[in-house]
Amino acid sequence: MTTRALWTLVHGMGFGTLYLLACSGGLLGLHRFTSVHAPLDSAPGQRRFVGFYLVTMALLSWAAVLTGAYVIYPWYRAAPPTGTVDLSMFPQHLLMSSPATKGWHSLGMEWKEHVAWFAPILTTAVSFVFIRYGRNLRNHRPLRSAVLVFAVVAFFAAGVAGFFGAMLNKYAPVQGTDAVTLNHGK
Amino acid sequence: MENKTNASGDTPVLTNGSAAAAIFSAALGCFVLAILALLADHSALIKSCLVFYQPTGPLSGVTTVAILLWLFTWALLHGRWGKKIVPIGRINAFAFALLALSLLLTFPPIGDLF
Repeated sequence: MTTRALWTLVHGMGFGTLYLLACSGGLLGLHRFTSVHAPLDSAPGQRRFVGFYLVTMALLSWAAVLTGAYVIYPWYRAAPPTGTVDLSMFPQHLLMSSPATKGWHSLGMEWKEHVAWFAPILTTAVSFVFIRYGRNLRNHRPLRSAVLVFAVVAFFAAGVAGFFGAMLNKYAPVQGTDAVTLNHGK
Repeated sequence: MENKTNASGDTPVLTNGSAAAAIFSAALGCFVLAILALLADHSALIKSCLVFYQPTGPLSGVTTVAILLWLFTWALLHGRWGKKIVPIGRINAFAFALLALSLLLTFPPIGDLF
């Protein structure tokens, strides 16, 4: 495995996928904890747990976009030297070189690179509101609605980024030449 | 923080201002990001101005400016609305509209129409 492939794994399968997996739990926790039907005498640590869970989600989404934009994206968009025939080390140019794969950049990456940032911004706002209000959100139904809508939109944005990230990595993986040896097999 | 009580008078209810500030500023941050991305895509001058970090290109400026504006707006609105009861219905509607526009504008087939 190369260093670039390892970073791609950390970005996508580490931060990104963990965030996406956490979304269902976050949405469920928000919905249940702030519902008017939720019991008032729930365990005292429950609010702290949901708050911690949401902050972790926010941190995961920030880690995903920051590693994506500042570690992997520069490798993806690197320009090949004039006359380069083998574009395998230049994913954006590799995709753009064929009409069959051009769309993965012009639609996929162009959308993903911007919409992905909605996830950390919205998740940070959701975490803040939950930590500040907690169960009080049941008394502020419009705020509760906004928090749930933001959480769903953040999930959608991260889903778009995750899907296109996986597809881009399938058709034009970010790769390098410096190998990271994880296992010296026989 | 200024506290009120709910209709039954037993549970303290916080004013909605600080949450409204967080909600509105987040939606505005997303909208600014979408607008800057659109502008950078259509103007070579703006695109070059938004290159804060060469390897990442204009994406570095688009996201940095949007995040700074989001945090600045959040701090400003938190200071103004933090202890108040604000018309959350209108603020929510405006925030949802900004968020919907942001999603539309970042979708390349729609962004390319402009």
